[in-house]
Amino acid sequence: MARGMVIIDEDRCKGCGLCVTVCPAHILQLAEGRFNAKGYRPIEVTDPQVCTGCAMCATICPDVVFTVYRRRRKSARQAHDKPVRQAQGEPKRASAAA
Amino acid sequence: MAKELLEGNAAIAEAAVRAGVEAFFGYPITPQTEVLEHFSERLPEEGRVFLQAESEVASINMVYGAACAGVRVMSSSSSPGISLMQEGLSYIACSEVPAVLINIMRGGPGLGNVQPSQGDYFQAVKMAGHGDFHMIILAPANVQEAIDYVGLAFDLAEKYRTIAMVVADGAIGQMMESAELPPMRPVQRPEERPSWALTGANGREPNTITSLYLGAENLEQTNLRLQAKLKEIAAHEVRWKEYSTEDADLLLVAFGTVGRVCQTVVREAREKGIKVGLLRPITLWPFPSARIEELIPQVRGMLVVEMNAGQMVEDVRLAVEGRRPVRFYGRMGGVIPLPDDILPELEKLDAELAGEEGGSHGDS
Amino acid sequence: MATVEIPADMELVYKRPESLTEAHTHYCPGCTHGTIHRLIAEVLDELDVRERTIGIAPVGCSVLAYYYLNVDMAEAAHGRAPAMATGVKRVSPDKVVFTYQGDGDLASIGIAEIIYAANRGELLTTIFVNNAIYGMTGGQMAPTTLPGQVTTSSPTGRDVVAAGYPMKIAELLGGLPGTAYVTRQAVLDVPGIRRAKRAIKLAFQAQLAGLGFSLVEILSTCNTNWHMEPVEALEWAKEHMVAYFPVGDTKMTGEVRALKEGK
Repeated sequence: MARGMVIIDEDRCKGCGLCVTVCPAHILQLAEGRFNAKGYRPIEVTDPQVCTGCAMCATICPDVVFTVYRRRRKSARQAHDKPVRQAQGEPKRASAAA
Repeated sequence: MAKELLEGNAAIAEAAVRAGVEAFFGYPITPQTEVLEHFSERLPEEGRVFLQAESEVASINMVYGAACAGVRVMSSSSSPGISLMQEGLSYIACSEVPAVLINIMRGGPGLGNVQPSQGDYFQAVKMAGHGDFHMIILAPANVQEAIDYVGLAFDLAEKYRTIAMVVADGAIGQMMESAELPPMRPVQRPEERPSWALTGANGREPNTITSLYLGAENLEQTNLRLQAKLKEIAAHEVRWKEYSTEDADLLLVAFGTVGRVCQTVVREAREKGIKVGLLRPITLWPFPSARIEELIPQVRGMLVVEMNAGQMVEDVRLAVEGRRPVRFYGRMGGVIPLPDDILPELEKLDAELAGEEGGSHGDS
Repeated sequence: MATVEIPADMELVYKRPESLTEAHTHYCPGCTHGTIHRLIAEVLDELDVRERTIGIAPVGCSVLAYYYLNVDMAEAAHGRAPAMATGVKRVSPDKVVFTYQGDGDLASIGIAEIIYAANRGELLTTIFVNNAIYGMTGGQMAPTTLPGQVTTSSPTGRDVVAAGYPMKIAELLGGLPGTAYVTRQAVLDVPGIRRAKRAIKLAFQAQLAGLGFSLVEILSTCNTNWHMEPVEALEWAKEHMVAYFPVGDTKMTGEVRALKEGK
């Protein structure tokens, strides 16, 4: 089960490719053989099941293409996790000192 | 309010304080520095904003910012400083926010000198800066008028969301005369700032104030709107004063200090039997062309007197359209033409036109 | 966009900030203006000041910033934004006022205005986008163009003998007594972007706390005028710009430090 997911607003994407280089799961690629309304090859997720919802793609994207979700983790160790504020590009990490 | 002995520049600044100006941004330059100095004392006293900027360029842009925030704001300078401000004036005019300027004109071109001049008529009247526009230009001839026109400038600037500039010369700025200041007008409260102003998008869509209109049709629409506004101003805000024109068959046209001198010329000429009148434009823009046209049938010719190489005379000639001779007498460098200088020119014109009686009225 | 079902146990981690409009920007693919606009918007949202913020846009590629930032904005003449912002702030002290400027706007034609606004300690925040080139006008040399860098007005590479050295704005302004917080950041990778955002937030907080003038210089890219791919441009900047323009704080008063650490 995927820990995270991204919604891609394809028509915002300009095919710059910056997100491709930062995705730690390497699951972003520019679409092959199709174009968005602006004529760019939009970004797409190759393997959604591997997405962790880290939001690095959203952090580097200049065009607000990504909306990012992450599964709330239920283990006791991560009970400190609070829902992340909407506008933050930095996912909070669970830590005993938090 | 009682009359008091006031220095022109200080009176101009105080008139603005009484008119509720909320901010002044300016830079020292002779012969108007006393305006800045007066503000530096009075505005902080009244809890308002005074800032000596790093240049006239910065000054006009600070004026632009405060104007966008919806408050009464002004700057003041002299000829070379106004040149520096022209970019800002063009932006302000296109953005349609109100602002008031004072130009205490000095000798030019270039660094010139600090003597009085009327050499910035073209600069003031033909255009604020680049592009198609005009500022409302008010030309006082004495300290009382300077005081009155500062208040008028704020009212007109606000009414039309445009720039109103009071152009005086170094003589008016520096002279001391008895005049009356108006009572203090209360400063606008923050909640009274206009709805178009930048006050924070609190419970409303954001306001954008710009002079950028990409796209030709888009910018043409903007220009048509601005031109319509100018037409409105020209229809309602022309001002001038006349002296002894009812039975005049010669017309003097002069503004500012020279206009004041010409009042004496009219009296002296009349004593010599010359039936001359004076038309003294108060608004240099919009120019009282219609009134000049009305006077054409009754006069044989006109003499325009200025402290420059011939600037307003062109607007007089435009109004006259060759129907009467329009002569020019001008002094430059700060030399103020006196009645003893002007009267002979008038007599010369009178004699010339008498000699032409029966012939065609040629042009200059 | 097709409707996607979000699983019930997934929560929102990131979406477009309120302070950014929905407009698609005109910026080139990969242009860091988009990233920086977004960081400003995120900060304005987090500080909850959108409705009392007034921004001044420059002349440059970001001349249309007012289409993208969801706040009251005015368009300044080239270089004059700090003067305009001074005018706004002095008569509206309760508002949050910022300027957004590029390297030509701030470091060339506008150098006097930024130095004076900074030295007067105006309660303003300036976001300074340094991409070492004039983008909008087609790639001419900028005050921050590197020695030897080829541009359309330095076709054989910037010659420091003829054209002088690149301007180090963060150092220049950091040395002025009137400033409260001056820093140089970079948006060339994810850690840098996060750090830049923290700096932008601190800069706005310094204004809100009335501590003085704040400026965040941000090393950025212009892949179009550098004639590079977007990813290549980030790499080039990391390799060449950071060495000349070091990342870090050049001014932080004690009060700003206390503000930062109080968090």
